[in-house]
Amino acid sequence: MKDNRYIELFSNPGKVLLDDIPVLNYDDFAAFLDSLMGEEGTHCVAYFVVPLPDKYKFICCMAADENHAILLCSHEQPLDPALSLQALTARHFQFHVFEREIHENFGIGFHGHPWLKPIRFPFDRADQSKGMNDYPFYSIDGDELHEVGVGPIHAGIIEPGHFRFICHGELVLHLEIHLGYQHRGVERLFVERPGTLKQSVLAESIAGDTAVGHALAYAGLIDSLAGYDVPEQLAAERIIALELERIAMHIGDTAALCTDIAYQFGQVVNEALRTVIINTTQLWCGNRFGKGLIRHGGTNYPLTDDISSQVLKNLDDVQARYLQVTDRIFSLPSVLGRFEGTGKVTTMQASLIGAVGMAAKSSGMYRDIRWSHPFSAYAGQLYEPVMLEKGDVWSRAMLRKLEVEKSMAVIRELIREFTIDDLRFTIEGAPQLKIENRKSKMVSKPAYDPPLAPSSLAISMVEGWRGEICHVAMTDSAGHIIHYKAKDPSFHNWMALALAVRNQEISDFPLCNKSFNLSYCGNDL
Amino acid sequence: MPFKEINIFRSHGKQFVADLRKTFLPAIFRGRPVIGGDITVAEAEMVRQLCPVDAIGVNALLPGSGRATCSIDLGKCVFCRECEFALPEKIRFTNDHKIASNVRERLVVCSGIDLAVKLDPEKVRREIRTFFRHALKLRQVSAAGDNSAEMELNAAGNVNFDMGRYGIEFVASPRHADGIVITGPISQNMTEALEICHDAIPSPKLVILAGTDAISGGIFSESAALDRNFLTNHQVDLYVPGNPPHPLTFINGILDLTGRK
Repeated sequence: MKDNRYIELFSNPGKVLLDDIPVLNYDDFAAFLDSLMGEEGTHCVAYFVVPLPDKYKFICCMAADENHAILLCSHEQPLDPALSLQALTARHFQFHVFEREIHENFGIGFHGHPWLKPIRFPFDRADQSKGMNDYPFYSIDGDELHEVGVGPIHAGIIEPGHFRFICHGELVLHLEIHLGYQHRGVERLFVERPGTLKQSVLAESIAGDTAVGHALAYAGLIDSLAGYDVPEQLAAERIIALELERIAMHIGDTAALCTDIAYQFGQVVNEALRTVIINTTQLWCGNRFGKGLIRHGGTNYPLTDDISSQVLKNLDDVQARYLQVTDRIFSLPSVLGRFEGTGKVTTMQASLIGAVGMAAKSSGMYRDIRWSHPFSAYAGQLYEPVMLEKGDVWSRAMLRKLEVEKSMAVIRELIREFTIDDLRFTIEGAPQLKIENRKSKMVSKPAYDPPLAPSSLAISMVEGWRGEICHVAMTDSAGHIIHYKAKDPSFHNWMALALAVRNQEISDFPLCNKSFNLSYCGNDL
Repeated sequence: MPFKEINIFRSHGKQFVADLRKTFLPAIFRGRPVIGGDITVAEAEMVRQLCPVDAIGVNALLPGSGRATCSIDLGKCVFCRECEFALPEKIRFTNDHKIASNVRERLVVCSGIDLAVKLDPEKVRREIRTFFRHALKLRQVSAAGDNSAEMELNAAGNVNFDMGRYGIEFVASPRHADGIVITGPISQNMTEALEICHDAIPSPKLVILAGTDAISGGIFSESAALDRNFLTNHQVDLYVPGNPPHPLTFINGILDLTGRK
């Protein structure tokens, strides 16, 4: 029997007509989500409100990892300033960020929500009477407790955010993270400044350390709405860029983790290795972060044989040296003493908060868009995510090492597949990619401002180096974008950091923080 | 066990860039653009409309000639290179990375002029070269920066670029700093913290803007979430363009500002 409470999408990126998204009443909507939540690997990737002239439209996108689908459903509510709904968070904690965001943006109440706190204090928030200095911190009364406030400006060249600890001696009982300092009004700019070149540059700037990841999510969205059929060559090049970004950031994080435990040797060697990778990206496109490399509908920087052979050469060099140094890092007792058992997030906690990406994969969860909702050159391939179970700093460090090796293998495979005939890589059981015109390297230049499908909703997900990036766009009857949602994985994972430091010494906070390396600007938008 | 370290050292080799003043970036690096002197009004107008950040200015030259003076403002440019792709015969981004200046107007590159962006030594405050010539400690504040400029500033001090060789370093406390380096377009939510940090730095102090976002707001310049009043209240000593600025752009800019060789 067909369940008509939702519509399923089996492609990523994918689009549907707005009218095809079933509208449920709120009780049915909640009951439907209850039924999904019982299933392993189902999680919410986007839940947001579109304010229409006569009503609020709530759209929910659920990812069903096991059958590689995205389920869309919606409900509608009147434009009532006193509107208050029964909080989904009360039963499914992973909705807490989404409901908090909706509450902050539109003033819609969620009764039964245990933690209805501001996310980022956007400039267009519903309650203009409250500002950055009014964050309602949790507090505990007790003669033996004290609070420690850190930030927004930290002791280093990093982004701003405020951390408030409640400590008993050296022990952290609770950490609350107050963000929003980086808020630039990104989502509004997507709508108010039309033009797909502007939007491409904007997408690259959502989080500059994930320029390729966010640009790819945006490009996928526009490709889908414009009906552009991405050639295999271009799909492969996009993934090569994405994996280069992952390798660079993971190696940079390995260096930073060494810094935070005062292991300078590991730091300098890894910093130098990261430089080789970002300089490889620079050699390809003239920018060390890959800005300008990813565009919808084509590319300005085709991957020539010269560049791809340089990529292969540099990967060989970096891999040998990275394995050598990580071999040392992960066998030093003084390193392991700091990494092992520190900042634990259990599988249960990760699952409850809807953790994604590295935070999930290092805590025993299979959550990787490359596997669950394969995009670009991953489509038709069977990507096996790396997964570790302990959920501590060691796991998050080790996960990076393993993912670096894996990404290098992916890049080599893609370059071979698209440059050398005989070495085409095959995976048993995976559907074969069609390889016509493989030798022709004529991927076109991007053509900006293509006509977009009218009255549609498109969703595009990418596994960036931090985890699941999700962009959603809605068009009106003329094909103009009228609503845009961009989600960085950090949106989910900041809560993982807050949980990780509980019952840890406060001196381990920098190490725990670095082991997640979450994005402030990605959260603040 | 030290053998392992020795082997790693051996393959690590020497990573530092020997001469930060003379080294070149690969030809594909997007640095200072050059605009042909023969660009027409129609061509200039076409790229002006294409530009995602309104960095391109057009002035018709001599009525009826059809030719124009066209300019690119590196303080606004996001270095996407799309104008070159649209008009490769007339616009070309060179790999010249030395594009920092203490005078905002000098960041504007005009058609027909292929000259390096330079500082105006006359306009450098006297105390900068008196006090900061031999050592300079800086406090960085990210005011809604996207973390790419921040990472490049970190990289300026790493084993490759080793800015510390000149006595230039980033420090943790504003009390220890001689100046502030701002990245990002400056969000409303960050203005108060930025002002407090600037106040905490002892005088005389520098203000340096690193990256296009900081200099003009970049792609965010029209956002209502920004508040750039800090810049109307404080004099800026150095503008370092780039999206993000390359570590070499930053280091060379500072060395020029402080009057180092």
